[in-house]
Amino acid sequence: MKFYDLIWLIPIFPLLGALINGLVSNRLGLKKSVTDAVAIAGSGLAWLLGWAAIVQWALELGIHNTHIVSLFSWFQGGSLRILDGSVAEVDVAASFQLDPVSALMVAFVTFVGFLIHVYSIGYMHDESDRAYARYFSYLNLFMFSMLVLVLGSNMAVMFVGWEGVGLCSYLLIGFYFEKEWCAAAGMKAFIVNRIGDWGFLLAIFATFMVFGSLEFTEIFPTAAAHPETYAAAATVIGLLLFVGAIGKSAQIPLYVWLPDAMAGPTPVSALIHAATMVTAGVYMVVRCNVIYRLSPTAMLVVAIIGGLTAIVAATIGLVQNDIKKVLAYSTVSQLGYMFLAAGVGAFVAAIFHVLTHAFFKACLFLGSGSVIHACSGEQDIRKMGGLKKYMPTTYWTFLAATLAISGIPIFAGFFSKDEILAKAFEAGAGNLNTFASTYYALWAFGMVAAVLTAFYMFRLVFVTFHGEFRGGEEAERHLHESPWTMTMPLVVLGVLSVFGGLIGFPGKLFHHPEWNLIERFLEPVILPIGHAAESGGHVSQHAVSLGLEWGLVFLSVAAASFGIWLAYRFYMGAGAFVRPRLLAERFSFAYRLLLNKYWVDEIYAATVIAGTIKLSRLLWEFDARVVDGVVNGTALTTVGSSFISGIFDLKVVDGAVNLVAKSYEVASREFRRLQVGYAEGYVMVMVFGAAILLGVFYLVKL
Amino acid sequence: MIITATHYVVLSLILLCLGLIGVMVRRNFITVLMSLELMFNAVNLNLIAFSYRLDDLSGQVLAIFVITVAAAEVAIGLGLIIALVRVRDTVALDEADVMRG
Repeated sequence: MKFYDLIWLIPIFPLLGALINGLVSNRLGLKKSVTDAVAIAGSGLAWLLGWAAIVQWALELGIHNTHIVSLFSWFQGGSLRILDGSVAEVDVAASFQLDPVSALMVAFVTFVGFLIHVYSIGYMHDESDRAYARYFSYLNLFMFSMLVLVLGSNMAVMFVGWEGVGLCSYLLIGFYFEKEWCAAAGMKAFIVNRIGDWGFLLAIFATFMVFGSLEFTEIFPTAAAHPETYAAAATVIGLLLFVGAIGKSAQIPLYVWLPDAMAGPTPVSALIHAATMVTAGVYMVVRCNVIYRLSPTAMLVVAIIGGLTAIVAATIGLVQNDIKKVLAYSTVSQLGYMFLAAGVGAFVAAIFHVLTHAFFKACLFLGSGSVIHACSGEQDIRKMGGLKKYMPTTYWTFLAATLAISGIPIFAGFFSKDEILAKAFEAGAGNLNTFASTYYALWAFGMVAAVLTAFYMFRLVFVTFHGEFRGGEEAERHLHESPWTMTMPLVVLGVLSVFGGLIGFPGKLFHHPEWNLIERFLEPVILPIGHAAESGGHVSQHAVSLGLEWGLVFLSVAAASFGIWLAYRFYMGAGAFVRPRLLAERFSFAYRLLLNKYWVDEIYAATVIAGTIKLSRLLWEFDARVVDGVVNGTALTTVGSSFISGIFDLKVVDGAVNLVAKSYEVASREFRRLQVGYAEGYVMVMVFGAAILLGVFYLVKL
Repeated sequence: MIITATHYVVLSLILLCLGLIGVMVRRNFITVLMSLELMFNAVNLNLIAFSYRLDDLSGQVLAIFVITVAAAEVAIGLGLIIALVRVRDTVALDEADVMRG
C-alpha cells in the first residue's frame, strides 16, 4: 500500500469527525463517549496515516522528491499574459504535496493535535453533551484546515486552509459565546486575521500575474533560476505574503488578537494559539523562502518586524498576572524569533523553532490548563502558589517546558533559539544585503528578549508552583492532580520539550555538521538561487569563526541564566515580591505602560476603530443624505409627474370620451320625443304610414 | 242574391277597419288583443274567398298558417298582459310607458 498516495485522506479524517460530531452528535446530544470516539478517531487516524505516509515517502521516494497528489482540477478559465511575455492559462488544481517542510509540519500538527484531543477529553468533561460535541467538532475542523494548509501544493489550496484555521479560531475563541467578552475576542481575532488575509490574497493574485501558476513546484524553480528577472516582483509578493503572515502569526502591528484569544478553552489556546495555527505564517514564509531570498527589502522587513515583536511582546509578558496572558505574550515573542530567523535567511532555524516551540508551548499551555482546572477556573497567578506539592506531574512537565523556552542547554528550545541568535549575528557579521548594523541591532534585541523570556517564564513557575498557596482555604481543598487523559499528553510533550531539540543538534560546533538532522532533512526546500551560492540571502559559512560561535552559545546561556537568577531573586525566598513592588513604584510609569500593554488596544480603539466608526458614520450620512436623497427625489418627481398626468387623464382623455357621449346626447335629444310610450300612437303612425305608402304606390303606379 | 267575391272583400274590409280602430282607440290590453284577432280573421276571410274564387288551395293553406301564428301571438300577448298586471296592477296599455323617451 502506497500511503504517500493517500495524503489527501489525512485531512479528510478530521473533516469527517467534525461533520459527524457537528451534525449528528451536537444535534442529538449524544453521549460524551460517542463524541470522544469520533473525535479521537478523526485526529488519531490522521496522525497514523500522516506518519505512515511520511515514513514511506522518505524511505521509498527519498526526501529530495516532492510528491504531489493531484485530485482534480479545481477551477480554470481565461488566460493571462505573464511577466516573461508568455500567456498562461488559469488552471488551479486541488492537489496536495509531500516535501520536507510539509512532512515536518504534518508530523507535529497531527501528533500535537492528537495529544490535545486526548487532553481535551479530561479538560472539557464538565461541559454539557452538546457543547462537548460542538467543541470537538470545531477541534477536528481545525485539524482539517491546518492539514489542508500545510499539505496544499499551491497557494489556492493553502489559502483554503488559511481561511479555515481563521474560521476555527473564531469559533473556538468564541466557544463560550454566552460571555460577551469571549464572543468579542472571537470577532477580534477574525477581523484582525482578515486584514492579514487581504494581504495574502493580493499576494496570490500577484503571484499568478507574475508566474502564471500557483503551484509551489512551478513558481519557485522559475524564480530561483532567474533571480534578476523576478527580483522586483519578489519584493511585492514577499511583502504582501508577509502581511498575511503578520495577521496569522500575530506580529506587530496585528498581534493584538492573540492575547485576547485566551478567552477560548485552554486546550484551544495550546493547539491553535501556540502550537499550530500561529505557525502557519512562519510555515508560509519558509515555504516561499525563494521569493524572500530574491528580495533583500522583504527579508529586512521580516527580520525587523520579527525582532521588534520578540522584544515588545517579551516586555509586556514581564508584568502580566493572568497565567494564560503571560503565555500568550510569550507566544507572540517566540513567533517574533521565528520571523527574525526567516528574515536573516535562517529558514531551517525558523522551522526548527516552530517545531520545538510546538512541543514546549503546547506543554506550557496544557500545564496552565491543568493548573486552572485545579484552581476551579482561577487564572490569576497572584491567587495561586505552592502548587508543586499538589500536582507534581504538572509541575515537572511545566518546569521542563519552561527550561526549554528559556534556552537552557539540552532542552529543546536551547538549540533552536541559539541557532536563531547565531544566525542573526552571522547576518550582521557577514553584512547580509549590506544591512549589517540593522542585523546586529536585531541580534541584540533577540539577546535581550532571551533574558526577558527566561525571567517572565520563571516568574510564572515560582509564583504559581512555589511558595505558599494564596487562594484561600476553600480553593485549597479543591486542589488536585488532573486525570490521566490530561497528564499523559503533558508527560509526552514534557519529554519532547527535553529531548526534541536534539534533532537540530549544532554539529557544526563539533566539526560534524551532519549531526544536524533537521538541516539535512530540510535542505531540499532551500533551493539554490541563480548560478552561484554567493548571491543574495546566503551567508558565507565562515563569516563567524568557530570560537566566536562558541562564545555566542555561552552568551545566550548566560543571558538565560541571568533571567532565571533575576526571577529567583524577585519571587523566591524571604524577600519574594518585595523587589518587584519597589521597582514598580520607582518606575511607576514604565510599570503601568507594560501592565497596560503599551495601551496598544486603546490606541487602536482611538485611531483605527474610532476612525473606522467615524468613516462608517460618514458613509452612513452620505447614504442617508445623498443616496436616499436621490431615491426620495426620484420618488417625489414621480409623484409630481403622476399628479400632472392624472390631471391630464381626467381632463383631456376623460373629456374626449365625455365629449363623444355628450355629442350623441345632443344629437338624439329631438328624436327622443318620438318615443311617446303609447302603443296607440305607434299604431296610428303605422296605419297612416301604410296609408301614405299605398297612396304613393297608387299615384305613381310602380 | 248571388254572393260574389266582392261581398267577401267588402266584409273583410269592414272587419279590418273595425279591428284597426279597436287597436288604435281602446286602452284595455285585452280589447286590443281581441281587435288584433279581428284583423287576422279579416285577412283570413279574404284569403279563403279568393282561394275559392280562383280554385287554388294555397290560399286556404296560408289561412291555416295565419291561424297557427295567431294562436302563438295570443299566447305571447296574454303573457305580456299577466306581466303587466304583476308590475303595474292594471291592464291599461298606456300604463306601459317605461320606454318613453
